[in-house]
Amino acid sequence: MLQGEDSSAVPVAIDLQAEYRTSGVAEVLAELDRELVGLRPVKQRIRETSALLLVDRARRQLGLSSRTPTLHMSFTGNPGTGKTTVARRMADLLFRLGYVRKGHLVSVTRDDLVGQYIGHTAPKTKEVLKKAMGGVLFIDEAYYLYRPDNERDYGQEAIEILLQVMENQRDDLVVILAGYADRMERFYQSNPGFRSRIAHHIDFPDYTDDELLAIAQSMLDEQGYRFDEAGRATMREYVEKRRAQPHFANARSIRNAIDRARLRQANRLFEASSGPVGVEALSTITAPDIRASRVFAAVGTAGEPS
Amino acid sequence: MRITQGAFSFLPDLSDDQIAAQVEYCLRNDWAIGIEHTSDPHPRNVLWDMWGNPMFDLRDAAGVMMELKDCRKAFPDHYVRLNAFDSTRGFETVRLSFIVNRPQIEPTFRLTRTEVRGRTVSVTMTTEY
Repeated sequence: MLQGEDSSAVPVAIDLQAEYRTSGVAEVLAELDRELVGLRPVKQRIRETSALLLVDRARRQLGLSSRTPTLHMSFTGNPGTGKTTVARRMADLLFRLGYVRKGHLVSVTRDDLVGQYIGHTAPKTKEVLKKAMGGVLFIDEAYYLYRPDNERDYGQEAIEILLQVMENQRDDLVVILAGYADRMERFYQSNPGFRSRIAHHIDFPDYTDDELLAIAQSMLDEQGYRFDEAGRATMREYVEKRRAQPHFANARSIRNAIDRARLRQANRLFEASSGPVGVEALSTITAPDIRASRVFAAVGTAGEPS
Repeated sequence: MRITQGAFSFLPDLSDDQIAAQVEYCLRNDWAIGIEHTSDPHPRNVLWDMWGNPMFDLRDAAGVMMELKDCRKAFPDHYVRLNAFDSTRGFETVRLSFIVNRPQIEPTFRLTRTEVRGRTVSVTMTTEY
């Protein structure tokens, strides 16, 4: 609170609904609902968290508490379940609620934090932290920071600096750690410092087949393509088959599949067409475009399908 | 003797909040911030020691304040200044420079006049601690 405001200016009541609307939180949550398919438990948790923060903000305005709540979070889930996307929305949300000053997201992995030789790690980690100040620092696959098999690993140094900043500069920075659920669990067990400094654990479930199909649909919409009837059915079949294969990465696998389908569609048009090509043909993904994937050919074989 | 170099040096020392506000202004203008320190504030001593690299791509003053704190801790008895670099002309131009830390007891300058050829007098200024 500014020094100029005297105590008589403190309001006695706050309209939470009005706060909810004017702060722009409603907008972010609606956007989240509209643009992200599925993820029901995640959305629920974010809704709860933003309610908590709104109430906390109101309490602070009324002078009931003055501590900044711990906002560091942990996002756990399989690859391609939307952790980075949600983190970006979270940064926006925290910005609108006034818990971070700038609201940008800095996304890093082990390589950005840990150095190659003695004395390299601290400046590197600090550099990243400085860039993230006023926003959200998103550490993807955070468990790689800690390598229990090598006690001289420089990751430990990065962890110590991170913990220190997470504790002392809670007003300046929010840290989100992300990764697979089981490995994050082991990471927290070996680094209890992190566990105690993280208030919000959010688990990202895998998408269902229907949700993945809806995601595929919206990705195509964005790029100005669409499925024809058979293409859609084949895509559904693809999702089922792809899930059973190794290295399945939810929405990311779907995006790759679509990119490859577009490639095949372009190839097909280029080789098959003799006359002019219409809008219809240029924007339709058909069954053979998807059917040509190795997912259909080699069921049960290992490796990333092409 | 109070050294007056750079901006704001005729004003009372800036508080940390005021420094942070100046840094915010620089960052809003997309200027990079460098921290420099020296024990010798002689006007001819233009190049001070750098405290790390200039900080590019910052979004918030907190990062600069963190480094400034470290620099003050390491050199409590040095002069520390912040330089703001503007790159819009294709090279880094100093747009703002101001002192953010002074030693407890500031040095003075001594003038030495030496008679040289003819009636010429050469004046040398040296820092006296």
